[in-house]
Amino acid sequence: MFWRGYWFGAETMRHSRAAMRGTGETVGGPHDYLQAQIRWRNIEIAFWLATLAPFILTPNYLVLASQIAITALFALSLDLILGYAGIVSLGHAAFFGFGAYTAGLIAKYGWGEPLSGLLAAGLAAGLLGYLMSFIIARVRHLALIMITLGFGLLLLEAANSASWLTGGADGLQGVRMWPLFGLFTFDLWGTTSYWYSLVVLFLLFIVSRRLIHSPFGLSLRGIRDNIIRMRAIGAESLAHLQQVYTISAAMAGVAGGLLTQTTETVSLGVLDFQRSADVLVMLILGGAGRLYGGLIGAIIFMVARDQFSGINPQYWYFPIGILLVTVVLFLPNGILGGLAQIAASERWQRWIRPRVPRRSLLP
Amino acid sequence: MITSAFGVLFDGFAYGMLLFLLSVGLSVTLGMMNFVNLAHCTFGMIGGYVTVTLMNNLGWPFLATLPLAFAAAAIASVAFERTMFRRLYRASDLDQCLLTIGLVFVSVAAAAWFYGTIQQPVNLPSYLRGSFTLVGVTLGVYRLFLIGMSLVVLLALVLALEYTRFGMQVRAAVDNQRMARGLGINVDGAFAITFALGSGLAGLGGALAIDIVGLDPSFALAYLVYVLIVVSVGGLGSIGGSFAAATLLGISDTAGKYYFPQIGSFLIYLVMVGLLLWRPTGLFGRR
Repeated sequence: MFWRGYWFGAETMRHSRAAMRGTGETVGGPHDYLQAQIRWRNIEIAFWLATLAPFILTPNYLVLASQIAITALFALSLDLILGYAGIVSLGHAAFFGFGAYTAGLIAKYGWGEPLSGLLAAGLAAGLLGYLMSFIIARVRHLALIMITLGFGLLLLEAANSASWLTGGADGLQGVRMWPLFGLFTFDLWGTTSYWYSLVVLFLLFIVSRRLIHSPFGLSLRGIRDNIIRMRAIGAESLAHLQQVYTISAAMAGVAGGLLTQTTETVSLGVLDFQRSADVLVMLILGGAGRLYGGLIGAIIFMVARDQFSGINPQYWYFPIGILLVTVVLFLPNGILGGLAQIAASERWQRWIRPRVPRRSLLP
Repeated sequence: MITSAFGVLFDGFAYGMLLFLLSVGLSVTLGMMNFVNLAHCTFGMIGGYVTVTLMNNLGWPFLATLPLAFAAAAIASVAFERTMFRRLYRASDLDQCLLTIGLVFVSVAAAAWFYGTIQQPVNLPSYLRGSFTLVGVTLGVYRLFLIGMSLVVLLALVLALEYTRFGMQVRAAVDNQRMARGLGINVDGAFAITFALGSGLAGLGGALAIDIVGLDPSFALAYLVYVLIVVSVGGLGSIGGSFAAATLLGISDTAGKYYFPQIGSFLIYLVMVGLLLWRPTGLFGRR
């Protein structure tokens, strides 16, 4: 029991206490803890059912919905490294863009089958991430921020210079996708796009969920909270960091590939610093280190941007900046973190649970 | 060929001095408090806009605006430091990054709102314009002025750090903050002053940069990358390191853009990533 306090942050402690209160039985070892975590909660099922709502409620916004699903996948990939393993990255768009260009080039040069193209995008970005991970796992603090930032800019410059391959600033033209499974064409209203993006997001979400609620996921959180202690107890922290970075890069590549396939074009914007910054903002807004943080953040961010698309993009970053400052100063765990804090507070617990009359100790 | 090489060297050195002015403050404050201040170039931008406003709207002479650019950036930085930054000295890198990048976004949007997105014009006085030729090399008067100014600042900084009591306190705090505190040095006070001075220098750099690289709202983001390269390559808390890294970066960037225009900034980022892999703490860093 005692080691839990060392390994997990205060937040996890609160969860396990809540679990104990809920079931009314003492929690055993790590195995039981993970088993308790892995059960699907009603609110999660409700969330995923709600993602189907756009088909019925807002059929005119399916293109936006598919963009949100893609961005949510990208935010989820960042959450794996930033929220769970504590790797700060200012250049995650590098993998998104690499996947996007891989999928685009494959389709342009004659192979327009979506699923294999998506797989190739994920593999290519994963390979790049694996190569980068040798560096990433070994540096920390400012050097880490600078290397991720520099690597992102490096790739952007490379794509800009190699205009014979990527089309440079004009973007990659002539991407033509074949129908999905040979049946569903990518239509103008985004019906196929949203189905496709949503299913891919859901599958990769299940993978991430399983990953996080495994001993591997626990050791990642341990590395985030105290890497020196993790080394001291003999955990292979370097190897774990490399593995999660590779997985995250592959997921970001899949997200990029999805964007290419659903829009049938690739622009230099996929590698932009702005994209790395935006996804970071979404994740922080939703709550880093929570599986749904990136998803909620992406929904709020993308819907807000769509609603305010009339204003000059120069001014769009004013509210974003204010939001970042506010979240850091007043809401350190994002929206979901704030909600969890409210839900765990004594007053709320008293309110939702029927009051049990206190038994007197004396008969 | 040779003369063009000297010309590139001269222009690159002037550009490097500009980067030195913009980044030296960040290097020292990062070394002291480990506070990742991505908003450093915002203070440079404030200095630039103060100069533009004073010259174009109030008709001040260029040289008279420079002290005010310095002061405005320093005062703004103290206001930010007192109200926001100091809450986050013990927070994670990520929180510091996010707060300061949020401020950068706000400042970029605010500058676009007040001044528009166009490049700001600046009319240099006649004695700073033009150029003359020395042994076949064309030297711009303004660039010479910039180099002279930066060397004066460098000399003043080195002397102040080496020979004053305050400089000793700053060096002690950079070397070992906790030990310095233990010896009774007022690290917070020293840091606040250093922070103001460093941001003031960035403001001066921003004002001097207008004629060389131009001034528009994207300044705070565009030069952030260069400043961070200088700081991380030079090593934290090292003035000599910043000077060397800024010179190196200025010359190699100018040379790269002159001789290999098709690959642009690619070379710079490659050199930076390579140097950081080789020495993650920078060329002159000890930690």
